[in-house]
Formats: sequence, structure tokens, C-alpha cells
Amino acid sequence: MQNDGCRTPDIGKRGGTMILAKTGNEAMAYAMKQINPDVVAAYPITPSTEIVQIFSNYVNDGLVDTEFVAVESEHSAMSACIGSAASGCRSMTVTASQGLALMHEMLFIAGGLRLPIVVPIASRSLSSPLNIHADHSDSLASRDSGWMQFFCETVEEGYDSLIQAVKMAERTSLPAIVAIDGFILSHCLERIDVFEDKKIQDWLGPYKPNWNLLNLDKPILVGPATLQDYFFEFKRTQIEGMNKALPIVQKVMKEFKQEFGRGYDVLEEYKCEDAEAVILLMGSACGTGRAAVDRMREQGKKVGMVKLRVYRPLPHELLKQSLSKFKHIGVLDRADAVNSYGGPLFTEVTSLLYNVADRPKVLSYVYGLGGKEFAPEHAEKVLEQVLLGKKDELVTYVGVR
Amino acid sequence: MNLKKKGWQELPCGAIIEDPGAVLNNKTGAWRSMRPIWHEDKCIHCLLCWIYCPEASIIVEDGKMKGIDYDFCKGCGICANVCPKKVHAIDMEKERK
Repeated sequence: MQNDGCRTPDIGKRGGTMILAKTGNEAMAYAMKQINPDVVAAYPITPSTEIVQIFSNYVNDGLVDTEFVAVESEHSAMSACIGSAASGCRSMTVTASQGLALMHEMLFIAGGLRLPIVVPIASRSLSSPLNIHADHSDSLASRDSGWMQFFCETVEEGYDSLIQAVKMAERTSLPAIVAIDGFILSHCLERIDVFEDKKIQDWLGPYKPNWNLLNLDKPILVGPATLQDYFFEFKRTQIEGMNKALPIVQKVMKEFKQEFGRGYDVLEEYKCEDAEAVILLMGSACGTGRAAVDRMREQGKKVGMVKLRVYRPLPHELLKQSLSKFKHIGVLDRADAVNSYGGPLFTEVTSLLYNVADRPKVLSYVYGLGGKEFAPEHAEKVLEQVLLGKKDELVTYVGVR
Repeated sequence: MNLKKKGWQELPCGAIIEDPGAVLNNKTGAWRSMRPIWHEDKCIHCLLCWIYCPEASIIVEDGKMKGIDYDFCKGCGICANVCPKKVHAIDMEKERK
């Protein structure tokens, strides 16, 4: 057994059985060890390289039963996962940025075949210019591929979410991406409270596929050609899979909380009870948002933060209920949609609020591209503007010189 | 065959086809623009055409070439190409509809 860190007296306070100091990458690899998938096919890419590297050590040391496939590209990694998942195996890969972009074609195939492949990613910008640091342009560019997407604020949340995602994916027959922000989470050491391997494996149970390509007793055809007469009907079934996913995702979150003593919601409000202005965020910047809200609350300003954890399935009703309570909202995107008026999250939030009678004023912000610093001061400046409910530019590019 | 088309709610998850051999209902021979013509008198039954045919359209019985299944042959011409030059038992002709 490798040295997993030291035991400390507050074990169990957050539901776990061992406190470890782990970076985001180490924590994701550790969760993968505990999930013990049947197949991992992967190709390394910064900043998620370590996840695969550490996991391959687990394979080498015989700590997992996984068949590890070293492939020649991310396109092949996703293809191998599709093949193994179609053959009834619990399958995972790991990637980021250009790697996810190279998988793009195969992401749609996994989505269309309804294969519950789970992929942790360390979110990173897309070239060009080349940059290896955090933003959400990789996962958000894969938005329409039929994958669930979860964004995590902390390392521990990443660890928990990856375990949950396996169950969510298998229950919904939808593949899932679990995103931790590159470097900000992937390379920063945090204290996490982990659970026992056996407890996680018991909770997940064995993978029971809907169908199995290798089942000779029940031969089936996988990946048929469907033309004008059937393609749309099959797509409609896939869309319905995502439409019905949210309650299943919520149920798994609840079950996780019951079993392990800590948990999350799809959408979380922070100091929003009497708030007049809130910011909506995803990922590690939520921690920054909390700090800014705390500072401004000390000054008596009625501000809050809404954290969105689940981007697909989009909890549009919950978002509408939550956001329509406020007068002013600032939506912060860590990616741009290059449409001259806001990022992907902003455009979805504004459109889902459009039919609300007394709809709030929504301001558009893009922040932190390529790992650009987003400090509490930046978030405070945004919140000041959101309180006023107006700004000069349509889109504000936070911190850009 | 006149099959009633299924609505989306009747379709299986993941677009799998649960009836094996469903391709038999979807004859693709009409796609052909060139048609292979087999000359039985010249054929030496080496079965190279059977090995190479990508559509399994070479009909073989008791180890002997018996003809071409025009319901599925797409007229790619691979059979004519792999047929030994000295034998020349398959010619490609323009398809007439």
C-alpha cells in the first residue's frame, strides 16, 4: 500500500474514515481506484496527466482489477471506452482541453448509444494561443454531445462527484463528465476525508448493462444506420433520457448523503435569503464568490451567490425558481460563446428567465479564461455592479487589461 | 415488406437493433450503378470473389460459386478485380434499370 498520508483525530467529521492530503488529480485517481472500473483507456494530457499516471500505478501494483489500455490518442481512448462499455464493462477515461476536443466525434457516439462512460476532466482552455490553465471552454464546447456535466468547487467535491457520477450514469444510461478546474483544483493540495474502498464498491454495486454486444445468447446490432425515417425518433429517445435525468441525479445525491453523511444539491444558494443581487457561478470560482459575498455582507450589502453544480441535465426549473427571486443577477462564464453578448451559461439563464413575469435584470460576465486570476476583489467588483443593476458594456471581460 | 413504423417511445435505448439479421429487410442492390456478370463456363471456383466481397453477395453452395446475390450487391467491382486475369469469369457492365 502506498503512503496515503497521515491519520488525524478529526476522522469521520465529514463522514469519511481517513483524512488525506490530496491534490485534485490525486483525489480523482483515488476515487477511480475505489470505483475499480473494468476498463480504463486513456492518453495523458496536462493538467489531468497525473490522474492517469497515478491510476496506472494502481494497476501496476495490483490494487485494482482494471484492464488498462494505453492508446495512441484521445479519439482512440473514447473509442476503446465505447467498445468496452458496449461489451458490458464499467469504463472510464481521463482527459482535458484538446484531448476532449479530439474525443468530440466519439462523445456523440457514446451519447447516442447511451453508454454510461464516466470521465473526470481537469478543465483547461483550448488553443490557440496555447495555454494549459483553467477555464471551461473544453467541457462547454462538448455541451450538446448528450453527456451529463458536473462542475466541482473543491477537491473533496470532485472525489465525491466522481463516485456519484458512476451511479448516475448507469441509472440514466447517459455518459458523464466530472470537471475539476485545471491547476486550481487539479494541482492544489486539499484535505479530503475519504471513504473505505469496500463501502464505495458496495454502494455502487456491480454494473448491470442494459445490453451487451458480446452476449451470444441474445445477439443485437449496435450502431445501425438510420435514415430520414428513424434517426429523429432515436434522437428523441436520447433527448428524453436527458429530460428524465435530473430526478435520478437528485436521488443519487440523496442516497450518497444518506450513506456517507455528506452531499450536495444540483444548485446551491449561499447567503441568498434576503439578497438583492447574486452572482451565478460554476466550479472552483464559487469559493472566490463565497469570500467576496462574506466581505460584502460584513459591509451590510445584501449580496449572495448561486452555485450551479449540474450543467447537464440543466436544472432549468430549479434555476428559474431560484433566480427569479432576485432583482439583479450577474452570470459569470468561464468560457465565451463568441456571440458578442455572453457566455454559454448567460445565454441559457437569460432564455430560461424570459417568460418569468417579473424577471430580474441579468448582467453578463466572462472571467478567468486561460487561468486568468479571479480573486475575491474581482468578484466584489462584479457584485458592486450587479447591485447597481447596470454597466456600460454588454459583456464585461473581468480582469482583462 | 410493409412494416408499420415505430414511434419514438417504442424504440430501444441506445438505438440498438434487437432482431438480428434486420439488414435482410433492407435490400441495397438498388444502389448499384455497375453490375457484375458471372460467366459460369470460365469460373474455376477459386472463391477469391467470395473472400473479398464486402457485402457477402457471392452465393456459394458445396464449395462452388453459384452466382451473385443482386438484392445486396452494390456493384463495387471488387469481385471482377480479384478474379484471376487468365480466368476472367466476371465482367462489370453498366446497370440498366
